[in-house]
Amino acid sequence: MLSVYAVLIDGAIYASWLFLVAAGLTVIYGVMRILNMAHGSFYAIGAYAAASLVGWYFNNGVGPVWVGYLMMLGCALAAGLAVGLLIERGLLRFMYGRDEVLMVIITYALLLILEDAMKMVWGVNPYFAYQPYAAMGRSVLAGLKVSNYDLMLVGVSLVIGFALWLWLERTHQGKVLRAVIHDREVAQAMGVNVRRVFTLVFVLGTVLGTLAGALTAPAISVAPGIGVEIIVLAFAVVVIGGMGSIEGAALGALLVGLSRAAAVHYAPQFELFVIYGVMALVLAVRPQGLFGRVLARKI
Amino acid sequence: MRLDKTELMMLGVAVVLATSGLVAPQWLVFLLTMALAKSLVVQGVVMQMRAGLVTFGQGLYFCIGGYAVGMSGHFLTISDLPTLLLIGVASAVALAMILGLLMTRYREIFFAMLSLAFSMILYGMLVKSPGLGSTDGFNVIAWTLFGWSPASGQAPLALFVIIIAVSAVLAVLLHRYGHSSAGAMCEAIRENEVRVEYLGQSPRWVLYMNYVAAAGVSALGGGFMALAAGHIDPEMAYWITSGEFVFIALLGGTSHVAAPILAAILFAVVRTYAIELVPHSWQMILGVTLLAIIVFLPKGLWSLLSGQARRAKAVEAKA
Repeated sequence: MLSVYAVLIDGAIYASWLFLVAAGLTVIYGVMRILNMAHGSFYAIGAYAAASLVGWYFNNGVGPVWVGYLMMLGCALAAGLAVGLLIERGLLRFMYGRDEVLMVIITYALLLILEDAMKMVWGVNPYFAYQPYAAMGRSVLAGLKVSNYDLMLVGVSLVIGFALWLWLERTHQGKVLRAVIHDREVAQAMGVNVRRVFTLVFVLGTVLGTLAGALTAPAISVAPGIGVEIIVLAFAVVVIGGMGSIEGAALGALLVGLSRAAAVHYAPQFELFVIYGVMALVLAVRPQGLFGRVLARKI
Repeated sequence: MRLDKTELMMLGVAVVLATSGLVAPQWLVFLLTMALAKSLVVQGVVMQMRAGLVTFGQGLYFCIGGYAVGMSGHFLTISDLPTLLLIGVASAVALAMILGLLMTRYREIFFAMLSLAFSMILYGMLVKSPGLGSTDGFNVIAWTLFGWSPASGQAPLALFVIIIAVSAVLAVLLHRYGHSSAGAMCEAIRENEVRVEYLGQSPRWVLYMNYVAAAGVSALGGGFMALAAGHIDPEMAYWITSGEFVFIALLGGTSHVAAPILAAILFAVVRTYAIELVPHSWQMILGVTLLAIIVFLPKGLWSLLSGQARRAKAVEAKA
């Protein structure tokens, strides 16, 4: 019984982390039809920014702990805004209207560039910022010791998911966004400034990516290659749920999170296999994903 | 079999390249062997690109080819080079015949993602297989050719000559395939699949055969890579490796069978110097080059060559 709880708790924590990582990816794809391979780099940039700043803060000062959390959020926001604006305004806006597959390759080029840019800024040695993680302590849940930081992650991911849903479904701006998702050209004809929507969405997606990275930084050692590792995971989550769907990403994250947790506890040799296995299975049965809509073929 | 001008030229270049191996330094021979092995994998990527499909998972067949060769040598103690390579190709073709049934239902990014998923599944399985060395992989035993085992200094050069011969023959075959009705159909499918269907052809069948053939070609590259490097590891199936193949394919372009070979050699040479001179900027160079190619040379480097030829002809015609 204990191991069932362990699977559920581990699965929920892992799923919420996955959702954080995948949310930005799915938002960008939904509106802009760009499958953004560079999303992993945004995650890594957020992690680096948070780890270096928070690490510096805790190593040098004796300031209160909560300032450290604020700094994490702050630098995720700042890094996301800067990187998102730079990439969208400086590169992607010249590429709109190209083939979806070509956009994948363009963002793949971006990923390669950003990977080395990060090595130039932060070097190749790992960064640690474990203090925010350790400071929260642990609590006992169903007989298991669980880190409070991980529980907070579940909360944050629920809040972000709900906020995104609320924004998309209940606000005027969200309605405009959905119009663009549904038909870009008609929306434009109705007076929607699609270019501005694109900029907004891309920056939002980037901030979500850096935020995921910043929130993960205290739990891991931040080293080159973390972005490359997570991008395929995020793809799996987004593809399972149906690309461009927030609810889909949440469900995909839950599915992958729970299956991985179950694999880790019962059959560790299948840990990686399970994640991509679920993705391949869902794609085989429902290629448009669980929440995706089927597109009519155009001649 | 009558050879046309392009084919004769390719075979001629192959002969020159093979003989130049006798005087070239050993590191260059090794580098070219590796580049040619990669170019075989890229041929598989290009075959699918011609049909409008971009695969981010050709590393799957690259890895299958490599591991089939490595495991046959290790566990079955087969050391005959043609047998090993055939086993590699056969394993990949068998797998592709199964996966192809599924893959051919998908296009565009779904195809890219699903191919990526399958190669990552293999990666995940290999990483968790201690019997196959997990992340470290294992060494491949020395090869023999019909009972002849090359002396220690001879092996790289012999393999170099063999891979040139195989690449050249394959290039001729692929050149013919490209100009056959099936090859032409691939391009038609890329342009407009629905119209191909209206013409009474089955795009799925064409894509299926193309997918299986591409898998076999790529596995051949993986097999050669295993024999040349003498080592294999799961990294062969990692998606970054597959991304590299897509890069080389775009670098060369899809308009000519020699383009992937040229691009793979260029890639290998530039990489050798870049890693030496600016070790932490190699990926950035790749990324910037990729963007530049997409924007300025969408048909790849080969379009520079063929473009020049066309201009020269135009000048001639005027004169």
